[in-house]
Amino acid sequence: MEDTSWSERQKSTWRTKVGLAEMLKGGVIMDVINAEQAVIAAEAGAQAVMALERVPADIRAQGGVARMSDPKLIQEIQDAVSIPVMAKCRIGHFVEAQILEALNVDFIDESEVLTPADDRYHVEKQSFKVPFVCGCRDLGEALRRIGEGAAMIRTKGEAGTGDVVEAVRHLRELGGGIRRLQGLRREELMTAAKELGAPYELVLEVAATGKLPVPNFSAGGVATPADAALMMQLGAEAVFVGSGIFKSDNPARRARAVVDAVAHYKDPAKLAEISYDIGEPMVGISTAGLVGEDRLAVRGW
Amino acid sequence: MKQDTPTPASSATQLIGVVSYQGDFQRHIAMLSGLGVATREVRSSEDLVGVHGVVLPGGESTTIGMLMERFGVAEALKKRAGEGMPVFGTCAGVILLAEEILNSTQPRLGLLPVSVERNAYGRQTESFEAQLNSPIFGSAALEGVFIRAPRIRKWSSEVDVLAHFEQDPILIRYGSILGATFHPELTQDTRIHRYFLDMVKIAHESQRG
Repeated sequence: MEDTSWSERQKSTWRTKVGLAEMLKGGVIMDVINAEQAVIAAEAGAQAVMALERVPADIRAQGGVARMSDPKLIQEIQDAVSIPVMAKCRIGHFVEAQILEALNVDFIDESEVLTPADDRYHVEKQSFKVPFVCGCRDLGEALRRIGEGAAMIRTKGEAGTGDVVEAVRHLRELGGGIRRLQGLRREELMTAAKELGAPYELVLEVAATGKLPVPNFSAGGVATPADAALMMQLGAEAVFVGSGIFKSDNPARRARAVVDAVAHYKDPAKLAEISYDIGEPMVGISTAGLVGEDRLAVRGW
Repeated sequence: MKQDTPTPASSATQLIGVVSYQGDFQRHIAMLSGLGVATREVRSSEDLVGVHGVVLPGGESTTIGMLMERFGVAEALKKRAGEGMPVFGTCAGVILLAEEILNSTQPRLGLLPVSVERNAYGRQTESFEAQLNSPIFGSAALEGVFIRAPRIRKWSSEVDVLAHFEQDPILIRYGSILGATFHPELTQDTRIHRYFLDMVKIAHESQRG
């Protein structure tokens, strides 16, 4: 092999971080609370799992402070499945993020579903080796997180409700924000950046390309195969499903149906087949009745 | 960089199917479209009718393999590949093409006489980039982007190794099957895709006789 040579490995580059997000497109990432659930998710065709102590519906019901999972739980899940394992840290809790990096999780979700540890600042994510995903409700929030180093964005929705309306609202808001930028003249973009509270360079990039510089997934309230396909048709590049799977009456069946629905999101005949007789969905809470602290999506600065 | 010349005259008649359940299939489609080739997203066996070559993208091999079996694409694709249609897999695509996957019983096509180990460099923090030299692609190095990449641990003597990284083959060809354990589709370098399109062109012409 004298003709062949290669350079040293360069790890944790921006391209490897966004690259993993690219690999996760077009599928379903499922919340799991133990190894047994992780195996059910993987066997149904989940392309990654999110390890957490309680699913959002239970966090909502039980209240209290929601924190990063016990490392034991994360390791058990890592040992049980071969697909990527993500885990959540609290907003601004960079030590939880350091611990998750030491555990070698594949993605860290700095998540509003957990109780924020900092009411002004998010984690500075550039300096971590592990890529981050963060939630957003609109374009400004998305670009602030990307500016901090997030390699994937997910619209927040309202986790643990089984009500898809907030997920739809946030994805439409994000898409609308991008389209508005595309309609502006170049000299108008600095003021747009100021109004969005977003880095100017990223505003320029989005105005030119018409899309976020990182993949954009959807989360928060997806409970049925039709919900998942709705988010995909609205432009999400993959779907996170939290309480929707394991709070339904037949998780294995529903997990598979949601995976199949994302794979065939543009095919109504297939979606009808996929949705047929899959058992009761999670009960759900209408987000219209949620006020103040009960709205998790408002967390994020 | 040195590419972006659309492939030869036959490109107008080439139709490449890209298995589009999960993973970075849009990146392959974008790269092939940039080369002036028609593409089709493959989600069912009917989608394979009339395509001249197929790409298996990067992504999660378990998810893609399961969906290919559930929706009849695996069987139809094996049949077409058996008739000589070229197939190109990157990363997860190589795993799906392999005959043997270490420590796994997951669905696969078994079209490449190799044994692969999944996530063989480690978890995401071990993902990396490296420059790769391969004599058949000229003097400019290929950009290797390896994401939770597999390693080819054993391979038949009939497999051509087109490029190495450290001790491992990372770009291989076995007849009409091409496999890369990395992701050329995440770069702007189109040389490997053009190499595949040449394979497709030759296979297509020989079939037309």
